[in-house]
Amino acid sequence: MLPGIANVGLGPYLTVSAALLVLGVFGIFLNRKNVITIMMSIELILLAGEINLVAFSSALGDLSGQVFTLFVLTVAAAEAAIGLAIVTVYFRNRGSIQVEDVTLMKG
Amino acid sequence: MNWTLALPEIVLSVSGLAILVFGVLQRRDPTQVCSLLTLAAFVLTGVLVLLAPDGIGYNSVFVGDDFARYMKILSLAGAALSLILSMDYNRREGIGRFEFPVLLLFSTVGTMVMASSENLMTLYIGLELQSLAIYILCAFDRDRLGSAEAGLKYFVLGSLASGLLLYGVSLVFGFAGTMEYRGLQAALSASAEIPTGLVIGIVFIIVGLAFKVSAVPFHMWTPDVYQGAPPPVTSFMAGAPKIAAFALLLRVMAGPFGTASHQWQLLIELISMASMLFGALAAIPQTSIKRLMAYSSIGHMGYALMGLAAATPAGMRGTLIYLAVYLFMNAGTFAVIVAMRRRGRPVERIADLAGLGRTDPGLALAMAIFMFSMIGVPPLSGFFGKLLVFSAALQAGLPVLVVVGIVSSVIGAYYYLRVVKVMYFDVATAAFDRPAASVSLVSAGMGLVTGLFILLLGPVSSAAQAAAAVLFR
Repeated sequence: MLPGIANVGLGPYLTVSAALLVLGVFGIFLNRKNVITIMMSIELILLAGEINLVAFSSALGDLSGQVFTLFVLTVAAAEAAIGLAIVTVYFRNRGSIQVEDVTLMKG
Repeated sequence: MNWTLALPEIVLSVSGLAILVFGVLQRRDPTQVCSLLTLAAFVLTGVLVLLAPDGIGYNSVFVGDDFARYMKILSLAGAALSLILSMDYNRREGIGRFEFPVLLLFSTVGTMVMASSENLMTLYIGLELQSLAIYILCAFDRDRLGSAEAGLKYFVLGSLASGLLLYGVSLVFGFAGTMEYRGLQAALSASAEIPTGLVIGIVFIIVGLAFKVSAVPFHMWTPDVYQGAPPPVTSFMAGAPKIAAFALLLRVMAGPFGTASHQWQLLIELISMASMLFGALAAIPQTSIKRLMAYSSIGHMGYALMGLAAATPAGMRGTLIYLAVYLFMNAGTFAVIVAMRRRGRPVERIADLAGLGRTDPGLALAMAIFMFSMIGVPPLSGFFGKLLVFSAALQAGLPVLVVVGIVSSVIGAYYYLRVVKVMYFDVATAAFDRPAASVSLVSAGMGLVTGLFILLLGPVSSAAQAAAAVLFR
């Protein structure tokens, strides 16, 4: 291991994960382009949680955080698969995946 | 290790896999058989749930107690009723594929795992299992744009909510040092000062769960998804998953975070008030019965949250009874919505119900019972639900909440009564197609349960009492 890596505290990890969370949330709400960007933002949010879990797990010396991360990775893969399937179905019906076109129902 | 604790979940998952394999291997269309097999699996699991032992197992991630049993029976009942409604609807709409009952089954397994969670890990996994199956079910009518759009919207917002919940779980894990509910409870009651990170984590968890129960301000998806998804799926979404999300809210808030109740009580109170008022006001201009039911469900979740805001055993009991009552009236209302078909096509405007009192008196009577029960007219079931949460909130010293609740019930009465007026006093249009026997059975059965709930009040109330007592051990 590089000297100095072991001395990195919890703070930087939490900062990175908080930044990822904020990026993900803004990516969903400010994005007016297309749905694929939204799916990437969702992955960012899940990653933020995972980084937190691993960092805490290592700091606390409690393995359950890392076990949980493995579960979350699986869930993220399933979610991406289902999301892409739904986007495909939507594209077949609508002919577009622009966010501003997702407006059949309103009110 | 006591592995029989999770026997109902194991049996249900294995039968799901078996039904899937069976369906794939059939040459002829296996939908009907698979639906019936799934129904049988639900009944079998219900029996096993009643027989399941109490205790904590699987390295303390899974718990069996009265509370879990109550919630599991409710979600199984909700899933079974939706499945019965879907059998006829899917066939007539040409979306009768055997994956439908299997997905419904897996979603139900998710709700049962949620009800039995004793660890934040189980909470998340159960929630995701339940949600992932529902995303697919929403988009199940895949050649119709509305259904695809509902699936897309629910997927995006649902994943966002799960992501926020996961982030909250990670913060709670980090700042409390454990994911087990008992450990959390011990950690929180030991320290006088609760770390800020932990409070932020709790708030994130509340946000994620409030989204799943569609409470204001996290309700944006509800009307669109309710309208777009096939009605049997909507009836399922309004029942079992919300009950499971409530199971998590009650278990997590009363148990591990119970000692920090002053930190979250005000938040729940505000969410509850906003949901009741918004549900009542936003439903007024609606013309689609499905959207009306969406706003109505937002309002009902507000009433159910009132019991949680009270944070007392009586309040939790009120919430549990409210959920049972809501599940049955909701399933009945959706049975009527599924029966709304003219010349082979589904209709969904409130105006389409005109003259139902003359063309189909039985169906109209059932619908009128559900509407009056949703207003809270005695002696129908909705009255007892409201009475119990109101009195619990009053005892807990939350008079403002009760006043808001009563005002919004009165406002809500307008749109429920409008449905009754359209059915009985408007000029009759063409009659609906003859509903299938299964749909009539559900609407009549739920009408009986809702109308004669006073006979069931004793057993339901004592079961809810036992369930609520577990939370405050």
